[in-house]
Parts: sequence; structure tokens; C-alpha cells
Amino acid sequence: MRARSSGMKQRNDDALLPVGGAASAPWRSAGELPRSPESGSERVDHLIVLGLVPHGARVLDIGCGDGTLLALLRDRRSVDGRGIELSREGVNACLARGLSVIQGDADTDLANYPDDAFDVVVLSQTIQATRNPRIVLEHLLRIGRQVVISFPNFGHWRVRAELAFRGRMPVTEILPEAWYETPNIHHCTIRDFVGLCREVGARIERATALDARGHEMRFSLPWWVWNLIGAQGVFLLRRGR
Amino acid sequence: MDTPLDLVAPSGPAESLAPDEARRGLFEPAQAHDPTSPVARFDARTPLAMDAGVSLAPFQIAYQTAGTLNADRSNAVLICHALTGDQHFAHTHPVTGKPGWWERLVGPGKPVDTDRYFVICSNVVGSCMGSTGPASIDPATGRPYGLGFPLVTIRDMVRAQAMLLDKLGIPDLFLCIGGSMGGMQVLQWASLFPERVFSAMPIATGARHSAQNIAFHEVGRQAIMADPAWAEGRYLEAGTRPAKGLGVARMGAHITYLSEPALHRKFGRRFQGGSAPTFSFNADFQIESYLRHQGLSFVERFDANAYLYLTRAMDYFDLAEDHGGVLANAFRGTRTRFCVISFTSDWLFPTADSRAIVHALNAAAAPVAFVEVESDKGHDAFLLEEPAMFSAARGFIDAAARARGL
Repeated sequence: MRARSSGMKQRNDDALLPVGGAASAPWRSAGELPRSPESGSERVDHLIVLGLVPHGARVLDIGCGDGTLLALLRDRRSVDGRGIELSREGVNACLARGLSVIQGDADTDLANYPDDAFDVVVLSQTIQATRNPRIVLEHLLRIGRQVVISFPNFGHWRVRAELAFRGRMPVTEILPEAWYETPNIHHCTIRDFVGLCREVGARIERATALDARGHEMRFSLPWWVWNLIGAQGVFLLRRGR
Repeated sequence: MDTPLDLVAPSGPAESLAPDEARRGLFEPAQAHDPTSPVARFDARTPLAMDAGVSLAPFQIAYQTAGTLNADRSNAVLICHALTGDQHFAHTHPVTGKPGWWERLVGPGKPVDTDRYFVICSNVVGSCMGSTGPASIDPATGRPYGLGFPLVTIRDMVRAQAMLLDKLGIPDLFLCIGGSMGGMQVLQWASLFPERVFSAMPIATGARHSAQNIAFHEVGRQAIMADPAWAEGRYLEAGTRPAKGLGVARMGAHITYLSEPALHRKFGRRFQGGSAPTFSFNADFQIESYLRHQGLSFVERFDANAYLYLTRAMDYFDLAEDHGGVLANAFRGTRTRFCVISFTSDWLFPTADSRAIVHALNAAAAPVAFVEVESDKGHDAFLLEEPAMFSAARGFIDAAARARGL
């Protein structure tokens, strides 16, 4: 993902947006693996966030990696973007892109941001690796007017099957590490997360589940079905019920 | 702070501090009046308004430059030097003959690229390398100021630098960068003249001096004042130099610039010139010899009173206190781009100090980047070969240059 070539700039911006336009279907698909077919170099979930974030917004990307999403948001949406990244390599890559990224993590650094500091806060595939997910979520809701959060669903049928039939901690595409080396210390299911949202007073503005290939499950389904067949949950949250 | 560990090998046989009578190899006040670098002179019409309530005039600021100012006057970089540093950042030192103290970072093709930027570094007011300080002659008495010099603050240093820039016709800085006490000046610049600082890199520094750091400084000052040759600060007239006191102060301070792992790697418990203790108080251990050498070489080039004044300036620095106790208020509304850097083994200005700066800048909605560089070299790492720092600096500075259209 690091090599976002200079050729990118010459392409028409809109050509990379999901078919149908971001506004009409911002959750079309997301996930770690898929790339938009046109570019081959951009993650579909990044393009979804891109479709969601208004022009000129203030955005905080927690766990921003090499800054791909922030650079995309800056170049296409003129956002005032900030990032938090654990690895020095990631921070250095961000610096070279002219991004304002601090070396830190969600558990320790969010407390220092003032209320309503950002229009949108993004936390991708990270909350399950934090020491205190509830406090992290509360900070996200406090410092961002909107929160985009995604996480692996531990209620997915394959996870359940591994436990039920093999009696083993699951190792899947979305949870590739063995139990003794995974950074994911606070697994939850989609239903668990909905419960946490209720507890901390988060309003779920939109929610969806993605299948194992990162494609959105587009038909309307009851929670329990999503909780069974969704590999990832993706939520758009806002403070207040 | 400007004689990095890697540059000085432990010297040969054990050395003892030079006796005061032999003034050879001791600080000469001439370098305080008449440096080898350019000097900007300010007369009674343009005094320096100091925090101590004094209008200092006349005064002078010695400086060095590298590179060329562009037609837009938009490519100026100000380097702020550390406690015992000076303006010779990329020039051979006139006293020690050593290369410039930041040539690793600054020069043609370096992260602070003198092919692209006009780089300035001035000796801070209160120091002794050509800018007015306690070794300068007080025009009112015709004698060296000594302790008659007003107490200096970091803000005074920055005000004097701003006056120098005015004199050089430089409206604002593309980059203000410095480590340790230099980093304090960078923070002060960004707070005092936000519209004159496009980007800022405070390195291995803090927004205030900690109690522990004040304590170390006080030990150094007491060592100087306990030396009879200090003569209540009038040693220049008495023809003596408090070399022992200043040397001890430097030895103590130098330990704080390093780290236990670095000392262990470099010296361990190795003996100097033998394999067994001599059952004496000679410098048996290499580390002892090294520290004595540091103390000895320091007194050649530095004025003891200037050391008192500059350590005091660092002690007094508390940027939050100047802004109602809230550090974020020091940067309210700033548009300066910040890149804060700390080092894992720096226990003089630990990463927590840098994080406090970053958190305040976040609270002030300032664009801020922060990198903690993995290093076992302690505080002095900012002066040494640290590729991770260089790559971070290069990334930040290049991006800032693009943003400024340089």
C-alpha cells in the first residue's frame, strides 16, 4: 500500500469511487483485502470512508499505517487530517507525505484530545486490540462528531465452528494469528458491539456487515443473521442515543 | 552537549584538571568580544527588552550562515543551539578546531539542505562565543559584567534572534529547529512569533525544565561557585579561571547527556591503561578518564559565568506557566507545522516531556507530527548519527518545503 504512484494523480478522481456514488451506497463494500478494480492500489474501505467524509472536514485516523487513507482524504477531500500510528516506520512514511501523524496508540493518546476536535474519527480493525475498548470508544465519541469503526466479528459462523467442532481457537482470514501471538485481546461479536454502543450511549447511524471477502451484505437482515455470517462489522456512530 | 560521546575517544594517560595559574587552554574573553563569525550590533536605539526588566544596550549577536537567501526571502532556517553550543553549526570551531556541531543534519544534500535553504544560527544572548553575555564588557563600568549581567531567559534569547532576523531582512522562518535548550527556543519562537514560524522541529526537549534537571544544574553551579578561583564572579579581572569548578560541572552534566547502556557499551568497567586497580584515586577507569577529558576540554572554550546564566535560563523555562498554566494556550490558533522528536534513552528530556508538548499541540488543533526514535545514546542522540531521526527530519522538512512552494 506504500507505493501510491505518482500516476494516481493523473486519474479522474471520481472514476475510483464505488459504482453508484459514495453518497448513495457508502457501505457497498469494505474490508482489508479488496482493491478497487480501476486502480489496483487502493483499498475499497478507504474509498468508502472517502465517500463519507465531507470536503474540508477534520479527520483523525487512528492506526493510520503509512498514511494511505489520510493522503487520499487530503488529496480528494481537502481534509485537515491527523493520524496516530504505533510503528515508527509508519510515522516516517506519513511524515514524508506531509501528514501530521504522531507515534502513539489508542489506549494512551486519545484522552488528550479535546471534545469535538474532529468531524470524523476512523478506527479500522483496531478496537479489539486495545486494552480498554469501552474507554477507547467513549473517547472516539467524545472527540469526533462521527465515528467510523470496523472490527472482526467473533460471532462469524466459521469462528463458532472452529470452537464448537474442533475445540480450537479460530484462525481465519480475518483473524490469521494463533491465540498465543494475536494482538487481538478483546474479541467481540457484532451483537456484543451493539450492546457496547447502547451502554456508552452511542447512536448507530448506520451499520453493516461484510462477508469474508470484504463485500457488503446488502440485503436487509436481522442482527442475528449478520452476527452469524458477517466476517466484519462496520459502524457509523454518533454521540447520543 | 556539543562534544558527543562518539567523537571523543577516551584520552591516553590519566589527566588531572589544569591548575588555575596556567591559563593556557582556558577560556579567553577575546572570543566573547570579537568572534570569528559575523556580528550584528544593536545600539541604544534598539535595546533588548529582557524579562528581568532590563533594557540591554548596546548588545551584539554573533551568528553564522550557510546557503543563500532566495529572492522571496522565504527559505530561511533558524537553528537554535543547545546549552553549551554556539553559532558554528556547520563551520570549523575557532577554539577547538572541530567540525560544525550539526554537520550530520545540516549541509549540502542533508535533511536541512544548505543547497536549498538559507540557514542561520546565532550564539544566544548570555553565552560567550561573541554574543553579549557576562564575559562582555559592561559599558557603564568598563569591566566585564560578571554577575552584574541581567538574568537571561529563553524568551530573551528568542527576542534577540528576532531582532537579528529583522536586521538581516528576513520576515519569517521556513523552519525553526533545535535540540535540548535549542528546542526550548523553538517552542518559544512558535509561541511568541507564530506568524514568523512556518514549521518547527523541537527535538529532545521539554516545555519546562523538570525538578530533576534543575537539581543537576544547581549541582553544576555550586561546583563553579565553590571554586575559589571563581572570585565571586570577578575571575576575569582577577586573572583566574574557575576551571576546576566548571570542569566538575561539565563532568556531572555530561553524564546526564548519555545513558547507562551507552556508557556501558563505550567504557564498561574497563581500566585505563592497565588491567587492575592502582589503589589510588587516579583515573583507573576509562569512564573517569573520559569525563576528566570532557571537563578539561570544556574549560578551554566556555565561560563559567555564562554557564551559570544559561543553566538558569533553562531552569526558568516553563511555557505553560507563562500561559495560565495551560500549555495548549501557548499555541492557541497557531498555523505552524510541528514535528516533535524524542529519543527512547533520553532521561534528561524523556519522551514524556515531548508527549506533553504533542498533547498540548493537539489540544490547540495544531498540525503536529511526533516520532520517538529508538536509540541507546541518551540525550546527546540529537547530535549524533541517528538515521531514524534524519529520515523523519527529511520527510517532514521536504513536505513542509512543498507546502511552502520551495
